[in-house]
Amino acid sequence: MAAAFDEMKGHEGDEVRPAYGELAQWLKEVPPDVLDYRRREAELIFRRIGITFAVYGEADATERLIPFDVIPRIMAASEWKTLEKGLTQRVNALNLFIKDVYGAREILRAGIIPEDLVFRNPAFRPEMNGQRVPHDIYVHIAGIDIIRVDADTFYVLEDNARTPSGVSYMLENREIMMRLFPELFSRHRIAPVENYPDELLASLKSVAPLTTSKEPTVVLLTPGVFNSAYYEHSFLADKLGVELVEGRDLFVKDEVVYMRTTQGPQRVDVIYRRVDDDFIDPLTFRADSILGVPGLMSAYAAGNVTLANAVGTGIADDKAVYSFMPAIVKFYLGEEPLLKNVPTWRCREEEHLKYVLDHLSELVVKEVHGSGGYGMLIGPTASKIAIEQFRAKLKAEPKNFIAQPTLALSTSPTCVEEGVAPRHVDLRPFVLTGRNGVRIVPGGLTRVALKKGSLVVNSSQGGGTKDTWVLDS
Amino acid sequence: MLSRTADNLYWLSRYVERAEYLARILDATQRLSALPLAYVGASNEWESAVLTAGCATGFFKLYDEANEENVTDYLAFSTANSSSIRSCFEAARHNARAVRTALTMEMWDSINGTWLELKRYGNGPTSREEFSRFLRWVQESSLRFDGSAYRTMLRSDAYWFSRLGVYMERADNTARILDVKYHLLLPDNERVGGPLDYFQWAAILRSVSALTAYHWVYRDSLKPWLVADLLILKDELPRSLSSCYEAIVRNLDQIAGAYGRQGAAQRQARGMRTRLQNSKMDGIFQRGLHEFISEFITENNRLGGAITEQFLL
Repeated sequence: MAAAFDEMKGHEGDEVRPAYGELAQWLKEVPPDVLDYRRREAELIFRRIGITFAVYGEADATERLIPFDVIPRIMAASEWKTLEKGLTQRVNALNLFIKDVYGAREILRAGIIPEDLVFRNPAFRPEMNGQRVPHDIYVHIAGIDIIRVDADTFYVLEDNARTPSGVSYMLENREIMMRLFPELFSRHRIAPVENYPDELLASLKSVAPLTTSKEPTVVLLTPGVFNSAYYEHSFLADKLGVELVEGRDLFVKDEVVYMRTTQGPQRVDVIYRRVDDDFIDPLTFRADSILGVPGLMSAYAAGNVTLANAVGTGIADDKAVYSFMPAIVKFYLGEEPLLKNVPTWRCREEEHLKYVLDHLSELVVKEVHGSGGYGMLIGPTASKIAIEQFRAKLKAEPKNFIAQPTLALSTSPTCVEEGVAPRHVDLRPFVLTGRNGVRIVPGGLTRVALKKGSLVVNSSQGGGTKDTWVLDS
Repeated sequence: MLSRTADNLYWLSRYVERAEYLARILDATQRLSALPLAYVGASNEWESAVLTAGCATGFFKLYDEANEENVTDYLAFSTANSSSIRSCFEAARHNARAVRTALTMEMWDSINGTWLELKRYGNGPTSREEFSRFLRWVQESSLRFDGSAYRTMLRSDAYWFSRLGVYMERADNTARILDVKYHLLLPDNERVGGPLDYFQWAAILRSVSALTAYHWVYRDSLKPWLVADLLILKDELPRSLSSCYEAIVRNLDQIAGAYGRQGAAQRQARGMRTRLQNSKMDGIFQRGLHEFISEFITENNRLGGAITEQFLL
């Protein structure tokens, strides 16, 4: 594989790209030990925050710290504009698609998506059939994973339409960078991200049910302290200024949701829930769930509460459905998709499967419902034995898998043991949809694969994060 | 605020207060047991400590004998005892984590630091010296947490509920000491003034950190009825029943003011406060000290129930 596109230096032999001019200059000026010192300082601050918020078992203390890289990833205003348009289009299409799947099903009748891919999909929720949701919005918060392969080409890798996480890192990374590198900030004009909680709250309030008469009451529903993202939940609730509730804090009476407060029951209008569909209401879904609220779905069906995201959005998260996204965009919006999809072979289809089996050593094979970088095969770096083992798994359950070519994710200069070196990155912008349309805070969470040559950016697999700067033109 | 949040704050304070109380009992007991038998008599101080801590039933399920080793382990380090110092700090930390955003940074640092430090003591002390250091550390941790709450919390319902926890627990603790040791304080006790009792009274005062205060208030040598007067009726003493109820009423009134309504908890607390204010030691002795204290403990528990029902469910 040829050297990947570098965010700072472009392709081999190119000039430094304009957005990185100041940073490249600064990297030349700054002594290596200062960079290293700041890196350790950042780690100390994070450890403190981490200890303050996230530690509850000894072994957890270090695991919970996601490595932070002090060299920012920078995007020019024009690049961001392109992405922003593409993301808005994509999320609009996602919302229309989910509404259609649980409503008129025009896309199925038009034969664009095979019916069984929807109806036999574990993420499909028959309970949502014919059910309207407030303002027809299903995906209020999306975390769309974007990768880049050259100056103009961005691909969507995944549409995270259920309960995407990571936004607290976007906010904290910026805070830390501003503390550690004020001089570098003064040499740039960087679009702020700190307004994300305000934008999120405005979006959530805007989708309150029509029956809400006064200022809507918003809460954040967490599975509780033992959830690995609990830190993010409490962080966000704090920034939003809303109550962080657990299932047992809520109850449903006459199809209305209330929270138990010291002043008696208080009506709840919008629930930003970070609990999966399966656990949200033991009367409707998993009966053994103690994380949910009995009867919540009845209040939802009565239109008395908004769930963000809606129940059943997982259908758009499925990697086989993903492969139809270009067609989905065209079908609902009549537009060409602005963001590309990674070419995808659906192993459920015989011809695709045959191709995949013949080219396993070149492809990335993923489970359709997998996430977190688990259960996947990266052909070019896998051993012969691993490939053969995977071949057996794939043959046994072909419809559980899709395959994609190994894309050369762009690299970005990163502070590592041997100094500053290029490492592969992706980007997760957070796309908010409210009654008045889509809002995206410029930037997102840049994840970086810290191991040399590695393409896996997931934190569970040794990935780190970077601050993401969108320059103001 | 969420009832669960209020509940967590209330119990967080109670656990920290209880840990400190246990440390004081153990400290006082250690002193008593170090005295020659001629000064303290043949009574088993370690058994008395278990009774004062209010966990005799659980203790004797696990041990046959109340000796230094068993009692120290059970009251300070045992995980089988849900009210041991260790269990209290662990429960406090757990509660704090669940309501992280309702605490100030200083409170969190204090309770989290205590919890991390607790691990250093492992499963118990290796020597009496180390155990003394441990007891001092427990008291300092409680003071630090209390101080950080007092100095940094916004004066709103979160603060009032956390204060309520402190005073409800404190009232209960003081009443328990009186309940176990009341016979030492009776004015007609025949052994009054003997050397045996003198050290017992000092131990009682020590376990509520009131030994110096006694001398300041009465300017007299230790007299049992004055000890009872100090612990029950004196507003000046921060751990007296009277002083605790002054604070309970004040905090409940703050809550009622903010919420715009009074409830059963407020009425009940005010009733008890009035009774304490109108009581005189003579009257209490005439009606029976033991009866008075037993009744107080029952009423205090009832108030706890009323607070829970009105706000925390």
